[in-house]
Amino acid sequence: MPKITFIEFSGDTHVVEAETGISLMEVAMNNDVPGIDADCGGACSCATCHVWVEGEWFDKLPAIDAMEESMLGLNTMREDNSRLSCQIDCTEELDGLVLKLPEFQG
Amino acid sequence: MNQPLPLDNVDPLLGDDPYAVALDQIDMSLVERFTNNNIWPWFERLRKEDPVHFSENEEFGPFWSVTTFEDIKFVDSNHELFSSAEGITINERDPDFELPMFIAMDQPIHDHQRRTVNPVVGPVNLAAMESTIRERVITILESLPVGETFNFVEKVSIELTTQMLATLFDFPFEDRHKLTRWSDVSTATLESGLISSEEERQAELIECLEYFTNLWNERVNAEPAGDLISMLAHGESTRNMQPMEYLGNIILLIVGGNDTTRNSLTGGVLALNQFPEQYQKLREDHSLINTLVPEIIRWQTPLAYMRRNATADVELGGKQIKKGDKVLMWYISGNRDETAIETPDEFIIDRKKARQHLSFGFGIHRCMGNRLAEMQIRIVWEEILKRFKTVQVMGEPTYIPSAFVKGFSDLPVKLIPLD
Repeated sequence: MPKITFIEFSGDTHVVEAETGISLMEVAMNNDVPGIDADCGGACSCATCHVWVEGEWFDKLPAIDAMEESMLGLNTMREDNSRLSCQIDCTEELDGLVLKLPEFQG
Repeated sequence: MNQPLPLDNVDPLLGDDPYAVALDQIDMSLVERFTNNNIWPWFERLRKEDPVHFSENEEFGPFWSVTTFEDIKFVDSNHELFSSAEGITINERDPDFELPMFIAMDQPIHDHQRRTVNPVVGPVNLAAMESTIRERVITILESLPVGETFNFVEKVSIELTTQMLATLFDFPFEDRHKLTRWSDVSTATLESGLISSEEERQAELIECLEYFTNLWNERVNAEPAGDLISMLAHGESTRNMQPMEYLGNIILLIVGGNDTTRNSLTGGVLALNQFPEQYQKLREDHSLINTLVPEIIRWQTPLAYMRRNATADVELGGKQIKKGDKVLMWYISGNRDETAIETPDEFIIDRKKARQHLSFGFGIHRCMGNRLAEMQIRIVWEEILKRFKTVQVMGEPTYIPSAFVKGFSDLPVKLIPLD
């Protein structure tokens, strides 16, 4: 099982032995990581599972599609390393991934 | 609920029994059902028997009603297949009085204009506004008569949301009630009695434009500031807007920040009176406000629907929607869809997944001010619970005659102080 690290805005860190075959949003929800709302339940339609991808991991992730780009584009806290965690499948290859959570979900 | 009409006067199309008429006669745009608050069994029948339903209305023409949670989410999320550019309410535009606004636009202009004003209600700005909102809520609550019956809509819901709007626009505070008036005028149906004709509506909205044009001129000549008018006047994609487009976007921001939160504030009081055991639970554990707030917003669904037009032929729920067809997403129905939400007709303040409701919409047009709305409702309940034992409903609410704005003009209440 890949290890995924979620760092809350406060700095509190959650290292999770993640289940594969689900999205990173679901990994966070299933492991009670606070800071992700996921109001649309994973349909890429609310942008409330926003995360910042740490270090070189951003370039290793699958590309951002048009819908994710649309939703991210309307998020006031978007940075160059922003992603919607419901759009990234959790796989073995992501072992070691570090995600930072924003203070607020918009 | 309003007094039931004498039986022999009830048109079966408007009564309480959706099975009294043939399925194809059902038209959910009829305002009377909203005024009488008896929409619920009608939507229930549609969800069960004809979840994507075709109606033909004399005034508005043919349209589809999408009534289930998942279908609504599908339409709302597919902005390329379902356009907003022909308007977001069932009415057709008056070609002589066009009011362009970004909620009724598609990509890319929508995105550019929305991005310009988005930061004012962004979470970072909101955190800075929280203490101001709380002070105002406290001032309003402490000015209320205790032990006397008064209209909660007027004294609390309207007052608070109007003050909030004045702050967001940096609008002259002493004139703030003009904002409420313009908001009401822009959404009022002729049945409401608020305006007597379209000409009257347009004349009042032109007054609004004149007032806001003065503010624009003032702000455009000053340094950029954090209020909405300054943002529009200085924003790259908004500073060259034509007057009617400026008016359109002003109306959008006024209505978006006014009717919606106003009616959720009132709806919350009513719901907690209708479900006293939930109110008891809240009194015993104030931390439940966190899930109370989204539950109130689901329960009230202050905008009953949003309209789209299909940009291509599409099959939905086994029905063939043709390119150009008008489609109404009935959030008010999807929020009571038992296949998506457990016991949806119960008001439950500690619901799991309370945030997964349709009231804010989904996709690129999702409510921009959702966090501000939630914050206002949260603070109101935090401060009510500190001061009062109950906000007791003393009589029947009066519902607004509109199928779009789901809300109240009157809710008589009495405040009972803490022991």
